[in-house]
Amino acid sequence: MKISKVVEKMQPSGIRAFFDLVLGMKDVISLGVGEPDFVTPWQIREAGIYSLEEGFTSYTSNKGLYKLRLGIHRYLKNKFGLDYCPEEEILITVGVSEGLDLVLRSIINPGDKILIPQPSYVSYGPVTELTGGTPVYIDTSKDGFKITPKLLEKHIDKKTKGIVLNYPTNPTGVSYRRKELEEINRVLVNNKILCISDEVYGDLTYDFKHIAFPTLPKAKNNTVYFNGFSKSYAMTGWRVGFACGPKEIIAAMTKIHQYTIMCVPITSQMAAAEALACGRRSVEQMKREYNRRREFIIAELNSLGLKCQRPQGAFYAFPSIKSSGLNSMDFSRKLLEEEKVAVVPGTAFGPGAEGYIRISYASSMDNLKEALNRIKKFLEKRR
Amino acid sequence: MDEILEILEKDGRATVEDIAKMLRKSPDTVKKAIKKYEKEGAILKYKAVINKDLIRDTESEVRALIEVNIVPQKDLGFDKIAERIYSFPEVTSCYLISGTYDLLVVVEGKNLHTVSNFVAEKLSCLEHVRGTATHFLLKKYKEDGVILKHKSENKRIAISY
Repeated sequence: MKISKVVEKMQPSGIRAFFDLVLGMKDVISLGVGEPDFVTPWQIREAGIYSLEEGFTSYTSNKGLYKLRLGIHRYLKNKFGLDYCPEEEILITVGVSEGLDLVLRSIINPGDKILIPQPSYVSYGPVTELTGGTPVYIDTSKDGFKITPKLLEKHIDKKTKGIVLNYPTNPTGVSYRRKELEEINRVLVNNKILCISDEVYGDLTYDFKHIAFPTLPKAKNNTVYFNGFSKSYAMTGWRVGFACGPKEIIAAMTKIHQYTIMCVPITSQMAAAEALACGRRSVEQMKREYNRRREFIIAELNSLGLKCQRPQGAFYAFPSIKSSGLNSMDFSRKLLEEEKVAVVPGTAFGPGAEGYIRISYASSMDNLKEALNRIKKFLEKRR
Repeated sequence: MDEILEILEKDGRATVEDIAKMLRKSPDTVKKAIKKYEKEGAILKYKAVINKDLIRDTESEVRALIEVNIVPQKDLGFDKIAERIYSFPEVTSCYLISGTYDLLVVVEGKNLHTVSNFVAEKLSCLEHVRGTATHFLLKKYKEDGVILKHKSENKRIAISY
């Protein structure tokens, strides 16, 4: 059977082979993990178990359990003063990943362009291509890994339909302050470009308050906001995310969602509803713990000569490894083979990130310390 | 609670240097703070949490929770008699509580016999002690926030975006 041309053309992730190498090795300390090292807080797990015992095993409405949408409505209202109608403007998705797929399919006509600041999470480009759109990658490596109005304007043309913004950013941990976001928003509103705002790491912002994009002036009608439970509540495996936006876009997304997914598993939705009801304390505790690790790892990396700017959110550090004389891929591969520490080469997130690696500090302090000792050894051998 | 204490409560072996890095403070500041806590008695001691179920070569240990009813003394309330009780080395914890009895005393001994002897010969015959009820502990699941089970392996896949 011949595979479809679009899929055939899709770039298989260039570092698949590297990943396979990691998975085949024993006793590796992995700082390559894109998920929390905490298990889901017990009260949330318990709610999932209880829902099963009570016999909640059916489909839910396509948009998701009303009580969960209401919980999200309240969360956004309390946290950001955002008012999304639970009936028409909120959709529960299988993680933010599904939501992104839905929004891109909902808005793209063949040839439409989607701006993707890089380095970026790996799915944005391929999904855009799948829908017949054209990803336009914007290299931000010379601007501190931040998208700027100037960079934006340089890449916008008549075909530009939207931008996928992700902050705090995976893989760099970079985030934006209000003023920076307002400037970005001004360009987007003026050019009628939809902001697809992936804010799944929003709750893990350390140095300042996270600003939700739709709270910016005139942004709400021009933005689809994405968030989920994976990162902040350590619920990656439950696969629950949500999209909030103008009702015509949410309706379009729901149309696709009802045919392809039907609904998010009810157990996960019940657990997520509990997370909103009672999980804030756990989020704060985890955030404090991440913050300490962040400070620790930034200090250590810089002292090792791996220059690292301060990430403001998520749980990633993105140090430059240029001082080692190796490129990202060689550095990662050799570090794995010689010292059994796994990191992700920056190039996995875009060519502009050559010379960088992504280090996840979603790992215990003991692991971080041991890994840093090994990295130190690795670097000393090369002096 | 100060984050220094929060860190030490979880890991008593955390070094001054590491704590300083984690909190973005100077090692000197952290060191001074810890010294102060130690001096004030906010930090009383550092110890390891041992799962004694796994140590088979030591003499087995029996633990009992004992409810103690007390006649409080004029002017002194419960404190004086509590002191007489908690000063026994067999007593590992002692709490004054509300409800149908007054002190909850945790006692440890080599075996059932030693614990019973302690209750019968020492505790019950103390002046002001009106009565006791002894509950032997059968199994420990969690103590001071620590689940007494070897940590299960990390279930995450080793690498992901």
